[in-house]
Amino acid sequence: METSNLLRLIPLVPLLGSLINIFFGRRLGRTNAGLLACASVAFSFVVSLWVFLRLPDGGMIKDVLFTWIESQPFKVEIAFMADPLTTVMLLVITGVGLLIHIYSMGYMGHDEGMIRYFAYLNLFIFFMLLLVTADNLLLLFVGWEGVGLCSYLLIGFWYQDHTNTIAGNKAFIVNRIGDFCFLLGIFLLFWEMGSHGIWTLDFLVLKSHAALISPDKMTLITLLLFAGATGKSAQIPLYVWLPDAMQGPTPVSALIHAATMVTAGIYMTARLHFLFFLAPATLTTIAILGGLTAFFAATIALTQNDIKRVLAYSTISQLGYMFLAVGVGAFSTAIFHLFTHAFFKACLFLSAGSVIHGLQGEQDMRKMGGLKSYFPTTYWTYLIAALALIGAPFTAGYFSKDHILWLMLKDPDGSPILWFLAWVTAGLTAFYMFRQFFMVFHGRCKLEEQVRAHVHESPRVMTVPLMLLALGSVLVGWLGTPKYLHKNEWLDWLHPVFGPKEDILHGGVSEEILFTFLALGIAGLGLYLAYRFYYREETTPEVGAPQTGGMFYRLLLNKYYIDEIYDTLIVGPLTRGANWFADTFDPAIIDGIVNGLANRVRSSSLFWRQFQTGNVQHYLLCFLGGTLLILAYYLYG
Amino acid sequence: MGSTLPLNYVLMLSGIVFAIGVVGVIIRRNLIIIMMSIELMLNAVNIAFVAFARFHGSMDGQVIVFFVMTVAAAEAVVGLAIIITLFRQRQSLDPQDMQLLKW
Amino acid sequence: MSVELIIFFFLSALLITCSLLVIFQRNAIHSALALVAALFIVAILFLTLNAPMLAVLQILVYAGAIMVIFLFVIMLLSPGTPERGRPLWWGFGSLAAALLALEFFAFFLPSQVTKGQGMGAQVAEGFGSPKMLAESLFTDFVLPFEIASILLLVAIIGTVVLAKREF
Repeated sequence: METSNLLRLIPLVPLLGSLINIFFGRRLGRTNAGLLACASVAFSFVVSLWVFLRLPDGGMIKDVLFTWIESQPFKVEIAFMADPLTTVMLLVITGVGLLIHIYSMGYMGHDEGMIRYFAYLNLFIFFMLLLVTADNLLLLFVGWEGVGLCSYLLIGFWYQDHTNTIAGNKAFIVNRIGDFCFLLGIFLLFWEMGSHGIWTLDFLVLKSHAALISPDKMTLITLLLFAGATGKSAQIPLYVWLPDAMQGPTPVSALIHAATMVTAGIYMTARLHFLFFLAPATLTTIAILGGLTAFFAATIALTQNDIKRVLAYSTISQLGYMFLAVGVGAFSTAIFHLFTHAFFKACLFLSAGSVIHGLQGEQDMRKMGGLKSYFPTTYWTYLIAALALIGAPFTAGYFSKDHILWLMLKDPDGSPILWFLAWVTAGLTAFYMFRQFFMVFHGRCKLEEQVRAHVHESPRVMTVPLMLLALGSVLVGWLGTPKYLHKNEWLDWLHPVFGPKEDILHGGVSEEILFTFLALGIAGLGLYLAYRFYYREETTPEVGAPQTGGMFYRLLLNKYYIDEIYDTLIVGPLTRGANWFADTFDPAIIDGIVNGLANRVRSSSLFWRQFQTGNVQHYLLCFLGGTLLILAYYLYG
Repeated sequence: MGSTLPLNYVLMLSGIVFAIGVVGVIIRRNLIIIMMSIELMLNAVNIAFVAFARFHGSMDGQVIVFFVMTVAAAEAVVGLAIIITLFRQRQSLDPQDMQLLKW
Repeated sequence: MSVELIIFFFLSALLITCSLLVIFQRNAIHSALALVAALFIVAILFLTLNAPMLAVLQILVYAGAIMVIFLFVIMLLSPGTPERGRPLWWGFGSLAAALLALEFFAFFLPSQVTKGQGMGAQVAEGFGSPKMLAESLFTDFVLPFEIASILLLVAIIGTVVLAKREF
């Protein structure tokens, strides 16, 4: 293990940038504040590259800042570490983050709160980097909470509109539920380890002693930890905040809700893989939940009309894929899909943002159409990224998603049912992505006149990041090619972290190619159906859907009414309960007790003070009484 | 020459007179009479002291009585002066009219 | 039943009667006169108890000077209306005092304090005479004696100040 003092700079420089923007942003002016923010992330990116290149083979770099908590024998240090897993995350966060920062210079260029925006964005980068470089579970949790905070701040960025703040609240509160379970998991882990005499939350120490905990306890611990991940990474049942989070600025959606924060759950399970390996029941649960979420979200995405909502549900669905991989113990593959997904999803979101920006805020796809001519560059980046998402041959998504499907079939922990679910979802994915594509870019332009007059392609500060991301969507997949094509660089890189489990897969090459074709086939079917229905307006099902699809269509359009169900079952009663406590219980009982106590004291003192009559003879009588008592005591006591 | 008078008879007399004085202090509504009741109590105590002096054959008891009388004189005089002042203020000798320290 | 005892009981009855008169008379002058009588009886009691000096002092100082002052003040501050009786309060106070007396009895009856017999000690010739009193006063108790004189001085000054008309 090498130590290096440069590691601390990676999270701390964006923090510094954020602080400068908070305190001196107004003096710097909007453009300079933005440039400062971009520069700090760029710096972190460069250092991350350096760490990546200098990482010893299969080893780790560690950087200890100082001891935070010390209560012998428990000790928590503020320390950063970088192993192969961390470097992957670092590159994603700083690389994609940098591109999004640059893009934001253009997107938020005319916004009043640009300085505040960049301050929050840098703060987010800091917390996310803290999360992935933390060398112990407690520090990871600090980063975990911090990104939740920044997510809240950025979702409700345009706070003057009340719906945005409500969405921010929803995100934070739903996350909190997950965080609560996460905390319980940490406590239980800490306690269990402690009962064997090991008081620590350090990852390395935990890893070497993980086997001490009984399987039952381990299952409980990992389930709780995974519950935390469902909150952060938007799986069933805590995904409901992510579609609402689209109220925030689009670059925020790209960075936080596609590429980085939502992947924190995956990262956490990967970092604690040694715990999950010891709890097979949890892994099965994860796989099932991931598969269900992937399918479920994809069905909802089929009918959505808001350009960002489709992408939000798509993110939930793709996260489900990542958890599918985790569920069979294939952590490297999960991270690989995380990696590729970051590129094409960010590209998709930023392209959508480009369109929204050009249309001055229009997000309803039914009002778009035929935008290909207005947005030439965005058109192509969008197309490339969409193809990558659905797994078109040799794009990044192809390699990662395909591998997951293959794992479902061939890994001893996988199951054909899960494969089927994932396979159908792939088809649905293709359908809804290209439904969106055709609705937005082809067909008749349905824009209003005055909007159409001002439609323009985005400036280069926005399109260049788009192009870079699109390029990445195509190229980065080659890092994880299946064995029969080229050796799998990705698995080799992460091998020291996760162990050899994923390297050994049974099944022949031809079988693998067969199933690859199956996957491509259903994706192609989805694409074709989308083309068939949406390329021309007359064939669009929505025209006749309310009657023919009817109830089914409405169910999907309204997201299975899950939000409403949560409201009636959980939010409503809790709010009513809280209101009851505030309006009834608190005044009547708490105040009653306190005031009642005071009233008792007061009334008793009102009684007792009547003894002070001011009449000396009364006092003398009392003297006499006292004297009698004392005499009686001496006589008889 | 020994006396055949038992000590406790004298003490009981002293106690009775003392109790009578207490009654007077508590129940009368005239400040001067209250003061006189106090003098009565002092006298009862004097009786007891003298009885003890006789019982033990020691002059100490009588010396104490001497001092008690002195102090009683001083106290009676000052007390009466205060009563006069109070009367000037309140035009009354009733302790019930002097309840300013009431709640 | 010796002569002493008879005299004692007679004196006690008189004393108790006079005391009751002191506290139960409505007119303040009557109370004061009853008190004078009581003080006289106390002086006689002192005589029977071998304290002749004190008996004379009692008459001179107590019955003579103090009661005269009382009478002066009573006549100076004659209250307008005599106070009305309050039977409940009087009964209550009497009851309390009766209890007190009873408790005194309880103290005085057991033999610990008094050993039941008569006034035990043989007294010397001249017990209670001025000579013996002075011997005690000016040798053993000279300090309290001096302080008592200062006390009297203070009392005089205080009274003069308190009773001045213009304040």
